[in-house]
Parts: sequence; C-alpha cells; structure tokens
Amino acid sequence: MSAVKVSKKVLRKWEKLPGKNTFCCDGRVMMARQKGVFYLTLFLIVGTCALFFAFECPYLAVHLSPAIPVFAIVLFFFVMATLLRTSFSDPGVLPRALPDEATFIEMEIEAANGNVPAGQRPPPRIRNVQINNQIVKLKYCYTCKIFRPPRASHCGICDNCVERFDHHCPWVGNCVGKRNYRYFYLFTLSLSLLTIYIFTFNIVHVVLRSVDSGFVNTLKDTPGTVLEVVVCFFTLWSVVGLTGFHTYLVSLNQTTNEDIKGSWSGKNRVQNPYSHRNIMKNCCEVLCGPMHPSALDRRGELIELALAPVPIPASKNNKENPQTTKTTAPLIPNEHTPDDVKSSIAPETDGDVKEKLSPLENKPPSSEPPTPPPADPAETTAVLEEAF
Amino acid sequence: MATEFHNLQELRRSASLATKVFIQRDYTEGTTCQFQTKFPAELDSRIERQLFEDTVKTLNNYYAEAEKIGGQSYLEGCLACVTAYIIFMCMETRYEKVLKKISRYIQEQNEKMYAPRGLLITDPIERGMRVIEISIFEDRGSSGSSSSSSSTSSSSGR
Repeated sequence: MSAVKVSKKVLRKWEKLPGKNTFCCDGRVMMARQKGVFYLTLFLIVGTCALFFAFECPYLAVHLSPAIPVFAIVLFFFVMATLLRTSFSDPGVLPRALPDEATFIEMEIEAANGNVPAGQRPPPRIRNVQINNQIVKLKYCYTCKIFRPPRASHCGICDNCVERFDHHCPWVGNCVGKRNYRYFYLFTLSLSLLTIYIFTFNIVHVVLRSVDSGFVNTLKDTPGTVLEVVVCFFTLWSVVGLTGFHTYLVSLNQTTNEDIKGSWSGKNRVQNPYSHRNIMKNCCEVLCGPMHPSALDRRGELIELALAPVPIPASKNNKENPQTTKTTAPLIPNEHTPDDVKSSIAPETDGDVKEKLSPLENKPPSSEPPTPPPADPAETTAVLEEAF
Repeated sequence: MATEFHNLQELRRSASLATKVFIQRDYTEGTTCQFQTKFPAELDSRIERQLFEDTVKTLNNYYAEAEKIGGQSYLEGCLACVTAYIIFMCMETRYEKVLKKISRYIQEQNEKMYAPRGLLITDPIERGMRVIEISIFEDRGSSGSSSSSSSTSSSSGR
C-alpha cells in the first residue's frame, strides 16, 4: 500500500454558497457585492458627527449643557450599531434547493400539469395557498429551484431568494428582509433623530455664537458648521421621509415590495392577509417579534483533504488506469459535480455535528475495485468529506 | 421487505439511500413555520400514520412556541433594542433555544422510531426551514427494491 500525505484545509460553508454575496471575517459578515454606496453612508455619518463633536460640542457643552454631546454620542452609537447590524447580517436568505429536493418538486409540477400538448407552452409554475381567506400565489423560482414562501422574493442583485423581502438597499449594502428589517427601521429612525439633533444644535450654536461675535466671524471660527448644515439639510428630507414611509408600512404590516407592486391595494377586494388590523399589534410583530435564525450555516465546516501521493517505484502501478472521477468525487454536490456522480451522493447535513445526526458516509460505487492512488506524483486529488 | 435496523450506526453501515420524501410547509396560517401533516404515500409501508403525524405535530408545536408573539418576545425585543442589539452577542435568542430542543427531539425520534424502520429525518433548519426531508433506506444486502427510485448503481456482481 502506498503512503499518502494528508493535509487538512478547513473550508467553511460560506465559501461554497451560491449567490452574489461577499463574506468577511470568515463568514461572520455577509453583504452585497457593491459596497461603494455603503462606504459613502459610513463616511457621511462618521464625518458629520466628527465635525459636530469637534466644532459644536465644546461650545455647547460649556455654554448650554454637557448633556448635549453625551446624548449625541449615544445617538451616534445607536445609529452605527443598527447600520452595521443591517448591513452585516443575513437578511433572511433562503438556501437553494439541493438536487434531490429540486427533482422532487419538478416531479410534483409535472404530475400536476399533466400532459401538455406538443407545441404549447407549459402553464406557469404557481401554487395557490389560502391564507386568512385570501388566495396567495406562490411563484416558482427558477434560480433557487423552490416555490417561494409567501412574501419572499428573489433579489436580482444578490441572486438570492429572501424571506419577507422588503427591498435591496444600496445605502446599507445589503438586502432588507425578514431578519434585518427591524434593524433597518431603527437605523432610519435613529438617523432621522440624529440628523434633526445635529441640525438643530448647529442652528442654536450659530445663533448663540453670532450674538457674541457676529455671524460671519462665527462661520469663520467653525467652518465645519456650514458643511454639517448642508449635509443635514439634504439628509433630513430623504431620511425623515423614508422613516415616515416605513412607519406607514410597519403599521400596516406590509413590505416595500408589496407596496410597489400594489399587492394589497384593495382592488378586487384583495386585502393584506398578514395584517392584524391593529396598528399596535402590527408594530409589535414587526419590531418586537421573535428573532429568526439564519437558515444559511455560514460558518459550518467542510473539511477538504488534499491527498498528495508518494511516488511508488514499482512499475506495475504505472500501468493501472487512475480513475479519479468516482472515488474522489466531492460528497457535497456543487456546480462542478458530474451528473452521474451527483445522484450517488448521500444526504448533506450540517458540518457542526456535535449534537446533530451524522449523515451516511458516501457510498462508494459497488462495482469499482478499490482504486490505487494515481502514480503520477503531480496529480493531487481533493476529496471533500463532511465533518462528523 | 426486510429492512430492520437496530440503531443509527447499523443504518449507516448497512443501508443504502433509496429515495427521499419532502414534507412541505403549510402556509394556511400565514408565514409562521408549520409543516403539512398529510401522510406521504411513500411512507405507507414504512411507518404508522399516527406516529408520523405525531412527529410532525410536535415539530409544529415547537415552531409555534418559538415564533409566539407575546410577553417574552416583546421583552426580548425591547431589551435588545435598548442595548442596540449588542446583547445578542452574548445571549442566545429564544428561537435558538427552541431550535436546539427541536434538534434533540429529532435525534431522539430518529434513534427510537425512524432508524429502526429504515428512515431518517433531517432537521428542517438544514433545508432552510422549507421542508422536512425524510430519507428512506433500503438494506444494502437486499436486491433493488421495487419501491426504490434508487440512484445508486446496482452491481451486476450481486
């Protein structure tokens, strides 16, 4: 038997996730690909607050109250915390169907459609579900190969189906969905408050200082004020408006997506089946409801073993045909898995299996004899094994 | 049909995957996580209907408990909001606690009831909470079963 060197490289599941997200901090952070506008958001918030603390706060703390900068710090901290939570968390992405599940659904669809006459397009893939006396249509997602749950939608930018999809926000660099909607709402609310706060105290500061030294001198002493006022002025209109709009949506338990599409606009006696018909209840559900866990196990482990065979001097091994497809096929199907191998793959389970069940080991093809490692020393075969 | 497995280890050693059944979500109550209790035809010869329904109903109850909107969830939400959600870095949410209970329940059900019948339930969280995947196994020693839509290549040497 030839000796093999085995080196372990720990792969995490986020590295193999489909979709167009970027991951940081070894899978702890999940964002969209385009992050430019997010950096702009960060810059504007941090920059404006820095100017406020540098120019206004010393004067106001002395002449008015030291509580002013303290409250500003608290607000700033809250804004940053909610922004980072919105941007970095999983919005509620639905993992794509594995091949078995996709095949099962296809079979169900074909059974439901029956025989389609040749030349005719098959009917659209829709399932009807009755929720609170409303018929809701569940659409089939061709990318994720699932029937989307109610209120879910596929984000084209991130290429994922997201539960309770609200919208894709470039300002936070992420989708806004079931899991991060409350953070997003609190971010817009706290940012509105912060903007109003800074704007107000800028005006107060300019007025107070102008009384002492005159308007022009004030602006010369604190040039940051002008910049802050400009930024706050434009931010006010957009962010406060957005907060108002989302407050309206929250009170009706609607998403931006549904509002834009007019799903529950009331025509044809269609009403929102998810609303509790009570503003307080709707608000409580959306903002204080249970915290759903992420369905993507980003940090679960996939162990990749790199088998580097030691060259064997015996010549007979060189004549053997190294079959590298079947015995070294990855156990978790991905886009590189040949179709004939995909079918023999055992059920995939979570890599972190301290408490969970272990799956079956991959069943080797029964007709193949045990394959010796390839004699070519340059050839390295990678086998993905699930962690037990 | 000779599929008798005494425990999970034996299932792993001597069984081969025949097919899978997917129990879909039941959306009639809205977007809360509930699964259909309709008994799939493929399990007809494998497990009693009542046992299966009991398992699914218990799972549904667990999920309902996790997603219940009431005093505890409000308290958790408000406390988290006040601390700017930093508290979630040290504290486990109620949903996560219930998910652990569910995981233990599924493991226990697999060991006691499903593995002896050649079945294996996969935790829904591993399938995005979309389906309960039930894998149906056939004894490796037996020749290809008629109910099997087996994708494994059957050796000619058997």
